[in-house]
Amino acid sequence: MTAMDPILAGLVAGIASQRLRAVDLTNTLSPDFPVIVLPSEFGQCEPFRMETVSRYDGNGPAWYWNNISMNEHTGTHFDAPAHWITGRDVPNGTVDEVRPEDFIHPAVVIDISREAAADEDFILTRAFLDDWEARNGPIPPRHWILLRSDWSKRVGTVSYLNLREDGAHSPGPDATAMRFLVHDRDCVGLGVETVGTDAGQAAHFDEPLPAHSILHGNGRFGLQCLTNLDQLPAFGALVVAMPLKIKGGSGSPLRVIALVA
Amino acid sequence: MSHEKRDPLARLKERHVPPGMRSRAMQAMAARAAMGRFVLQGCVDCGAVTYPPRDVCPRCWGELRWADHGRGAQVLSVTTIRVSTDLYFRGQLPWRMGTVALDAGPVALAHLHAGLTAGDQAEMRLMLDRGGNAALFALPAGKEPDMSDRQWREFVVPVKGRTILVSDARGAIGRALVQALLAAGAGHIVAGLAPPARIADLSDSLLGMERVQSVPLDLTDPVMVAECMSKIPGPLDIVINTARLVRGGGVSADGNLVEQRRMLDVAVLGLMRLVQASAPLLQGRPSAAFVDILSAQALAGDAAFAGYAAGEAARHALLQSFRHEMRATGVRVLSVFTGPSDDEDHQSVPPPKVAPARLAREIITALETGREVSCVGDVAVDAMDRWLADPALYTRERNL
Amino acid sequence: MTRARTPYDGVALCAPVTVAYQRYSDQSAHWWAGRAMRGLAESTGFGPVDIDGFCFASFSAMPDTAVGLVQHLGLSPRWLDHIPTGGASGVMALRRAARAVQCGDADVVACVAADTNHLDSFRHTLATFSRFSQDAVYPYGFGGPNATFALITDAYMRAYGVTREDFGKLCVAQRRNARSNPSALQRGELTLDDYLRARPISDPVHLFDCVMPCAGAEAFIVTTPEIAARHGLGVARILATIERHNAYPDDPVQLRGGWAMDGESLWAMAGVAPADVDTLQAYDDYPVIVAMQLEDLGFCAKGRAAEFIRATRFEIDGDLPLNTNGGQLSLGQAGAAGGFQNVTEGLRQVLRQPLGAQVPDADIAAISGFGLVNYDRGVCTAAAIIEACR
Repeated sequence: MTAMDPILAGLVAGIASQRLRAVDLTNTLSPDFPVIVLPSEFGQCEPFRMETVSRYDGNGPAWYWNNISMNEHTGTHFDAPAHWITGRDVPNGTVDEVRPEDFIHPAVVIDISREAAADEDFILTRAFLDDWEARNGPIPPRHWILLRSDWSKRVGTVSYLNLREDGAHSPGPDATAMRFLVHDRDCVGLGVETVGTDAGQAAHFDEPLPAHSILHGNGRFGLQCLTNLDQLPAFGALVVAMPLKIKGGSGSPLRVIALVA
Repeated sequence: MSHEKRDPLARLKERHVPPGMRSRAMQAMAARAAMGRFVLQGCVDCGAVTYPPRDVCPRCWGELRWADHGRGAQVLSVTTIRVSTDLYFRGQLPWRMGTVALDAGPVALAHLHAGLTAGDQAEMRLMLDRGGNAALFALPAGKEPDMSDRQWREFVVPVKGRTILVSDARGAIGRALVQALLAAGAGHIVAGLAPPARIADLSDSLLGMERVQSVPLDLTDPVMVAECMSKIPGPLDIVINTARLVRGGGVSADGNLVEQRRMLDVAVLGLMRLVQASAPLLQGRPSAAFVDILSAQALAGDAAFAGYAAGEAARHALLQSFRHEMRATGVRVLSVFTGPSDDEDHQSVPPPKVAPARLAREIITALETGREVSCVGDVAVDAMDRWLADPALYTRERNL
Repeated sequence: MTRARTPYDGVALCAPVTVAYQRYSDQSAHWWAGRAMRGLAESTGFGPVDIDGFCFASFSAMPDTAVGLVQHLGLSPRWLDHIPTGGASGVMALRRAARAVQCGDADVVACVAADTNHLDSFRHTLATFSRFSQDAVYPYGFGGPNATFALITDAYMRAYGVTREDFGKLCVAQRRNARSNPSALQRGELTLDDYLRARPISDPVHLFDCVMPCAGAEAFIVTTPEIAARHGLGVARILATIERHNAYPDDPVQLRGGWAMDGESLWAMAGVAPADVDTLQAYDDYPVIVAMQLEDLGFCAKGRAAEFIRATRFEIDGDLPLNTNGGQLSLGQAGAAGGFQNVTEGLRQVLRQPLGAQVPDADIAAISGFGLVNYDRGVCTAAAIIEACR
């Protein structure tokens, strides 16, 4: 039996013929890539660190390698349900237990770039989504919801984290939007370009941190620090996002790609 | 910006240090000189004061003990050395030195401040020379040393006009230091700002000053440390390490290990990263220095700040070794001990606390007097006194 | 009361040997010592078995001392001494050997000083010279002895009104004396104007105030008159000697040496006065020390050196023939041998065996040594009066 199943063969042929294109949605993992900042009384997220063990030198004449360290939520990363208290009892809630089928899902891309440019604290609401569906069609089930905010274009500037004296300012959803996406549209998860699925000021919402709370409480995932969402169609992209198999891990840095026709 | 410029094709001027062989007794004198003291040996039995350092009293063969003495002296004779076989002094000629009669009794040879001549009254300073050894320097009595005096500059670290890196200019101490350095005429200040950057950084009036350059710098990241060095225009003269993370907690309980590890990373490995990146730059410079601020808790531990004190103690040890490594290069390594500073890190600590501005002033004084070890504020002075007097007792007291 | 000192009866001083100096040498101190032994053998006929006493001085024989030299030179002496006092070592060797011979502890003592001078010897010798120097002198400009004696000269000139012209007169006279000595390294004419216009080395010390380090060896024999006579050797007797170390430690600056402490006893024991001396071989590492010896040994009163120098001719045919071989200022300073050349030159003059010109009718020589700047001054002083046995 040497023949590949036609479905898989079609995928291979599509990639080989460049009929399908792989878009890298991952930011480069580097020490200066910002990590989320919590109030100082809380434990902090460690940034990426890399120290050279050897580089064709006395510590290893023929080989080059580095020791690296980071938080599970450093760089472009995956949030598992167990990341949040609401998801602590969700089955298969840690990265090592996520079903491999969940690493590959189609995506809907919702463009909020104009709104985010106009208002750095732009809140994605149920009403906005209703309007979006009216113009673009309904959001199908079992899809990643990717929020294109163009925030990734701010990487390398102070306005990416956008820390002011009253905290971070960046766009994100409110609870109405999250309930709609999770319960009414059965999304796989939420993918964003900012450092958190929640808005910068979401800790001060009436229902604080709704994205984390609602997504993970319902066994859904998060993807943060994505880039190149502007290269994806509203419908039709296939996202491949495979976190590291960290025992009991709450999340993981990862390489995320999207296949588009 | 007014950075030093030189002919790019000219060979770099090699830096040498004065001859370094010393007796153990002279090393003991240097250990006291490092703290800015003016000491001589006195006989426990007959009281005779002696110099050069001996191992026994030359009058009665009694035991000698170091003690502080008056700094007065009279210049007896003077010479200007114009020929020397020593590489360091060959580069410094002509060099004026003389014989001085110390008010304390002995006669000594000393370096002379410009203008001092035979018969003049002098005030002695016990300095560390470029190689880190004790040396007597005679200043005109009742006058401040002239920071432009060519010979005096070999014993101190002038601040005016020089390029200085402050590793953390975000904290209260770092900010006060940048202000004080500006006031003291520093030529160019590289202000390290640990990420994440804030929007407010962009409009910070201090960081926006003409002679201040802010650079992202987190000592836990070797890449950022290296990149910081690469962004410094012209040669780097002085590094002042103000980076620190202060967290309380004990050993067996109450210690958040994630926080403690990060604290130790900043304090210990962070110092090593900063040293490894900056020392090669400092070595080529005249009157270069590396200053580190240490908590007096480094001396004996502190039950309430166990991990922090351990980090400070580790840094204290690293600085001793770093100082040894720099002896042959002439780079001065200064330790500035302080008690709790009056800032957000020490909200739970009762007074007396050291105002950041005071600490900043004392750091500049340490540089401009060439003092290797300084204690700033009552807490640090008291800690050092007690530690020097009875280290075992002091360690018990600090950990009761 | 000081006890009466025993005269040096039964002691003969003979066989002055100088191995011609070289500015730099690739040979060792041992080689130079060997040349001196050969010189002694050629002038006396003594071989290794005849020499039963050995006294050695050197700065450059490391790691060896007199012990190493004994085996190196094939000697089996029954009396051995090593003298570390540099410029005072010649007179000290003489007086130690004299008592050994007088008391029968040895019959023939070879006194030898030898030093080599490699390109870097001077710097090395200086760097390891003494603990006080390492601790409290070198760190202050590393001017070497020039700086130390500059400080002494500065204080001395101001204290006693001595001028550079006065020092220059001594140096010029010594150079004139050197011109007849074929083995002096510096024999060119030196005028007072040359002296005064020389470049400063460490103010007020200028170039011609300084000796030139070099390699060389000096030696002489101390034995009994009977043994000397059997070998047909001309001899001198020792009229008196003194030595003193760390004299006047409380003087803030050295304006006088140990001679001032012991000069009277020197002349008393010798039974002669300064005026009876036919030639003075004074230690001359710097002219200020020569001036100090003129005072402290009683050739003039303390503080009167300037007047004395101005009124006296120091050439070989002068009033007080001084350093008749040219002194170290013209010969060069061959380490510890520089502390022996005053003895050999004084002995040669009274034995009438000069290397260059002869002091007319010389019978009595005063020899003075000064050695070892341990800290801020020379620590060791010594002097001897010798007289030819005719």
